Amino acid sequence: MKQFAFLVRRDLSLAFRQGMDSMMVVVFFVIAVVLFPLGVGPEPSTLARISSGVIWVAALLSAMLSLERLFQTDYEDGSLELLALSSLPLEVTVLAKVTAHWITTGLPLIVAAPVLAVLMQMESEGFLILIVALLLGTPSLSLIGAVGAALILGSRRGGVLLSLLVLPLYIPVLIFGVSAVDGAIGGYEFKAQLLILGGFFIGSLALTPWAGAAGLRQALE
Amino acid sequence: MFQGKDLICIRGERLVFTGLGFSVSPGGALVLIGPNGSGKSSLLRMMAGLLKPAAGKMEWNGENALDDFDEHASNLHYVGHHDAVKPVLSVLENVRFWAGVRGAEIDDKNILTALDAFDSKHLADIPGRFLSAGQKRRVNLARIIAAPAPLWLLDEPTTALDRASISLLDKAIKRHREGGGIVVLSTHADIDIEAATILDISDYSLKKIKQGAA
Amino acid sequence: MADLHRFANPTRFLKLAGLIQPWALAVFLISATVGLYMAFFTAPADYQQGESARIMYVHVPASWMSMFCYTVMAVASAVSLIWKHPLADVSARATAPIGAAFTFLALATGSLWGKPMWGTWWVWDARLTSVLVLLFLHIGYMALQGAFDDRVRAAKASAILALVGFVNVPIIKFSVDWWNTLHQPASVVKMSGSSIHPSMLWPLLIMAIAFKAYYVWVLLVRMRQELVANKVRILRLKQVHGG
Repeated sequence: MKQFAFLVRRDLSLAFRQGMDSMMVVVFFVIAVVLFPLGVGPEPSTLARISSGVIWVAALLSAMLSLERLFQTDYEDGSLELLALSSLPLEVTVLAKVTAHWITTGLPLIVAAPVLAVLMQMESEGFLILIVALLLGTPSLSLIGAVGAALILGSRRGGVLLSLLVLPLYIPVLIFGVSAVDGAIGGYEFKAQLLILGGFFIGSLALTPWAGAAGLRQALE
Repeated sequence: MFQGKDLICIRGERLVFTGLGFSVSPGGALVLIGPNGSGKSSLLRMMAGLLKPAAGKMEWNGENALDDFDEHASNLHYVGHHDAVKPVLSVLENVRFWAGVRGAEIDDKNILTALDAFDSKHLADIPGRFLSAGQKRRVNLARIIAAPAPLWLLDEPTTALDRASISLLDKAIKRHREGGGIVVLSTHADIDIEAATILDISDYSLKKIKQGAA
Repeated sequence: MADLHRFANPTRFLKLAGLIQPWALAVFLISATVGLYMAFFTAPADYQQGESARIMYVHVPASWMSMFCYTVMAVASAVSLIWKHPLADVSARATAPIGAAFTFLALATGSLWGKPMWGTWWVWDARLTSVLVLLFLHIGYMALQGAFDDRVRAAKASAILALVGFVNVPIIKFSVDWWNTLHQPASVVKMSGSSIHPSMLWPLLIMAIAFKAYYVWVLLVRMRQELVANKVRILRLKQVHGG
């Protein structure tokens, strides 16, 4: 546990000193959402109708984009070998890196989301549930994405390949994330969707570290 | 006592070496030689547990080393081709991290002593991105002194090092062996290890074995 | 040396494959002929959808096959990861493009079926959407297989992906179904086993057999070709490295 915290702290301080990474994810998130009013027109009712979907899709894409580098630099400079040889089980290492990754990219997305919801004319009833749904959903995105990030290490086409592997697996989070927000806005049921999102999170918390560690092991061979 | 028996290494779809065995006692050193592609790095990675042998046994003090990866990893230090020095962390922070992640007591005094053994104490506050290749290698070598482990696996440790640094490495290896440690290293000569066993890996390639049989 | 099974010539498999292959082809040709004849001439036209519903006899078995192929890939991947059997690798790799082709066929026929029914080529019906996601999973698997220079690395990475994907398939299916009921779809493909008339069920089952036989036939062709390609690659490697 001490070493887990130690590894998370190291990744956080790396991210803060490099600085740009989390900034860029948020900027991408904002730009991707802003393109929609420019694409479909500024009419408030149209924007409000699609707001939850657009914000979720943009969040999915931003989470996915930032994942490519999750293991890449450690793989290239030899750190990953040493991490594999540390006293920490590789599954825990994966979990620690995902935790740090989520803090540096997932959290900023959640902070930016309400601002984008205003830009997209989302009804205010949806704001709170949007944040709760993102809080429950984005960790699953980071966890699932970590498996993909481990599998593509050393491959010929990293980023595009990662999106091909990971985006189809993001579909359930997207569906329930959007529908929770729409439910809250329309005055329908939304607790079930949030519970299912929480279930996805627990499920991926239990399973993806194994798959991710298996992916890293075969990448290191 | 660290030993391997009948090890077979397959990389990609190529048989690199077969029937390879080795044995090093505490205080001993094993020097791996052989031409490019003969499998020096593969054997070292295998000894570290990063690469699984297609067949064969490996034992550490009589216990199966292939059984429990984490247990085996805590007994060894591995220095590969990359130095794992993060550009945005200072030298001290880099070494402190690698010592800490092994669960060693993090005392900056120990780290500075380790850095001093490779004449790098003055670099302690310099961020990794300003270091030359040789300085990075020295930091990486200081890392393995900072948190002690009985088995050192060094893959061409002299790469990028100048004469003076090589003699520092010599001394470090000597001290390590005097304390009962084991060193396995691969090299293209240029380091002088006393009383070392030499293992020529190309003796275990399929070609050599066929020639021997004929 | 038994340990070098990767290098060993899987002679027994090749022999067996040579024996089965013509039979698989024969079963495919016969059942496809009979199945298509029944589909066109003996099966009744749907009382609502008319003649166009006959495309069901291709669409439904194709979508069954798309799931079947992904299951085969996942099982073969598990076998190759756990027991390291080299033939498991080869069969998973050889199945992927066949599965993708069946999945695409299911989508194309679904779209053709939809046109007279809904008046558009595509409707976000739960079934079609699930099949579409399955196509993405197949393509992702094939892309990962092709992304590494090292064959062994490619096989291991894509085996892990196939297993992760397989665990996700029911979750995706559940989500898509749920999403679909939420948005009130117009589904034509309601296939409840009890209500279907035997005159429609028989051609459907015979077509399913035809597709399975076709799969076995193409799989064997691809596996034999793959094994020969492996031999060539190993000879090349020997040229480079000696030995």
